[in-house]
Amino acid sequence: MLIHKVLRRVLPGVAAAGALLASAIVPTSTLAQQPEQYFPVASMRVGPYNAMGTGIFGGVIDYLNYVNIKHGGVNGVKLVYEECETEYNAARNVECYQRLLTGPNGQKMLVWDPYGTPLAYAVIGRVAADNVVLAQAGYGRTDAADGRVWPWVFGATANYWSQIGMKLNFIAQQEGGIEKMKGKTVVHLHIDTAYGREPLPAMREIAKNWGFRLVEIPIAPPGLEQQSQWLQIRKEKADWVTFWGAGAGMSGTALTTAARVGFPRNKIIFVTFGGAEEDMIAGGAAAKDTHVVAMVLPGKEWPLIADIEKVLYKDNPGKGNMQNPNRVGTIYYNRGVIAAANYIQAMKNAQRIHNKVGKPINGAEFRDGYEAIDWRSAETRKEYGIDGMIPPYRLTCRDHEGAGTFHMMQWDGAKFQIVTKDWMAAPDPKFIRKLIEDSAEKYAKENNIKLRDCPE
Amino acid sequence: MFYREAGQFRTSYAQDTQLLPLRQDRVGMLVVLIAAVLIPFFANDYWLGAILIPWLILSLVALGQNILMGYAGQLSLGSAGFMAVGAFACYNFMLRIDGIPFVVAVVLSGVCAALVGIVFGLPSLRIRGLYLAVATLASQFFIVWALDKFGWFKNYDPSGVITAQPIVMFGHNFASPGEKYWVVLVIVVVLALLAKNMARGSVGRGWMAVRDMDVAAEVMGLSLLRTKLQAFAISSFYCGVGGALFAFAYLQTVEPSAFTIELSFRILFMVIIGGLGTIMGSFLGAGFILLMPIFLNVLVHSLFGKSVDATVASSLEQLVFGIMIILFLIYEPLGLARIWQLTKERLRLWPFRH
Repeated sequence: MLIHKVLRRVLPGVAAAGALLASAIVPTSTLAQQPEQYFPVASMRVGPYNAMGTGIFGGVIDYLNYVNIKHGGVNGVKLVYEECETEYNAARNVECYQRLLTGPNGQKMLVWDPYGTPLAYAVIGRVAADNVVLAQAGYGRTDAADGRVWPWVFGATANYWSQIGMKLNFIAQQEGGIEKMKGKTVVHLHIDTAYGREPLPAMREIAKNWGFRLVEIPIAPPGLEQQSQWLQIRKEKADWVTFWGAGAGMSGTALTTAARVGFPRNKIIFVTFGGAEEDMIAGGAAAKDTHVVAMVLPGKEWPLIADIEKVLYKDNPGKGNMQNPNRVGTIYYNRGVIAAANYIQAMKNAQRIHNKVGKPINGAEFRDGYEAIDWRSAETRKEYGIDGMIPPYRLTCRDHEGAGTFHMMQWDGAKFQIVTKDWMAAPDPKFIRKLIEDSAEKYAKENNIKLRDCPE
Repeated sequence: MFYREAGQFRTSYAQDTQLLPLRQDRVGMLVVLIAAVLIPFFANDYWLGAILIPWLILSLVALGQNILMGYAGQLSLGSAGFMAVGAFACYNFMLRIDGIPFVVAVVLSGVCAALVGIVFGLPSLRIRGLYLAVATLASQFFIVWALDKFGWFKNYDPSGVITAQPIVMFGHNFASPGEKYWVVLVIVVVLALLAKNMARGSVGRGWMAVRDMDVAAEVMGLSLLRTKLQAFAISSFYCGVGGALFAFAYLQTVEPSAFTIELSFRILFMVIIGGLGTIMGSFLGAGFILLMPIFLNVLVHSLFGKSVDATVASSLEQLVFGIMIILFLIYEPLGLARIWQLTKERLRLWPFRH
């Protein structure tokens, strides 16, 4: 029988592979001379969102390596990482979370940052029990910005409700004030997942208060066919479109289809998550003039990004994680670098607070450090080389969002031009905050969670 | 040598019809079951929570798909949809009936899925083969759409991703991965045993008759309506139970987007690779499709470490996985279950060739 010939040849290989696997899974706890701190990297390098995954997680890994090479680690603690491929799939993400929970050096992981709203939702119920910080930087569950209900979840620098508030603020400014919004039509064109629907509760409230008409149009994932949706947008005589998509394929399709039905691109506002160079390039010439919201500014001229490029790509070639070094300084890359900068800032805080300078820390200590993140002073931002790249903000026991501000950018056909003069928030940030806390309190009540006491 | 039946005589009808006629099989099964029960004492949370629990659950779903596709010959693409019905039904039973034991909720959600399955099985009375597969696609899209569209199913949760309630039975909260594993194990073993007995009894013979030639089966006096809808109902029941367990014991969230068409396809591949019309194949196929990508991911990472670009490594894993599926289908189209059977036959003759 043929199958047995195949099996006979393959079996030794399978056995060897199994032995290798076993040796890989059993944690080898070697005593390293230099203390280490382990970070998990829940990457997505294949699948529809690979442009985002390679950029963001390339940025994270580059920053960890940069700190090791440039500063010899964090106060002498070397940073190590382990990567797992989630494919933006909730089930694979849970498997990765479990696999990376304990690192190869036997340390428990401190932070989980999967860069996907469905992925964050899939582990949000587990992190508190495992003492892991869920760092959902600008994505994930919005009302987790209430630190009284979600002590382990952080959404710095801003969440989707603040973002939709900022977008509507921008639209109102373009139209000449909030009172001019009456009778206007805004279409929320979104991918039909939890992520796409996330801003809707806040958006509906604002629509009611301002008196504009909100039309919700879902697109079934992966969103590569949008003809009927854009025809409907024409039919509704939309004034503005807030586009909530994901993946370069979906973004490009939106722009080319909008061009085909003749909808002006400068009236389309892209979401941070699916609004990067890759998304615009996918739209080709049709992408020109599209508005995109940014929570971290792109560019190579920031001192930190320039130095990373110098240290990892010029001085030590081969150390950089980006396959295409030209992507250093793009939106996704810079966002990954900032996410990792937050880990490091939190780790430094934790070492200081818990008197562990030069020593590894645990999850609870890291959580305290993350809550103490403070980017308000220009000196701190300059010290990291990121002044101007992120908004000034700090996190507190109660406020796990921080800034809630953004810049508006416009695609000029080759790169993004910053349109707004300063970081811009919702017209009434207190109103958004109240929506968040109401929603979190409702959740706490339904699930019998006692609100954490926060001084202030 | 190992599978010699010499000396084992069957002297009564009961012995002749028992589940595992060979002593070696009985002993083997006993060892496997004891090991399965004792695993939580040895395995860590990763193995339980990320490998064994999803494997058992997806085996159950593959079993459901196998009943419909392998035994009754009705090509269906809606299994993830029926899983979604089970998951959301379980959520609603737990939410709306105070203190309902988890197992009762799971069985009821299986019943809900079975009812939905009967509705979507109706086209099978008129159309066959690939055309039926396309018709059952409707169930996949319709169910996920309906769960998204009507807020009542989600208890008007704005995000649509609901945290699953804890698994509570007899006043005990089954919280740790080990306890969840036992719950899943018991349900899967009972249902697998049931499926095996159905498949080799009159019910299963009816399915196979319809599969092999439905006109002949009807001439023999089998009611096509009854047999086909029965297969749809039982298959959907298994998928529904699997879906409820998938949401509650594995993901711990209930959301429609976990049950996409992609999952339906994966379940289909599990059945085809495992072996159509075999109970064993459902388990082997689920293991292959679920665990092989994880195995490759770990293997590539431990072999090359960080010396190979991670993007290349991730793509390589998918490449290898695809090639393996193609090779399997070329060299053993009857699936992993057939390989197991051939191995047993060889073990019987070993060390001789013939």
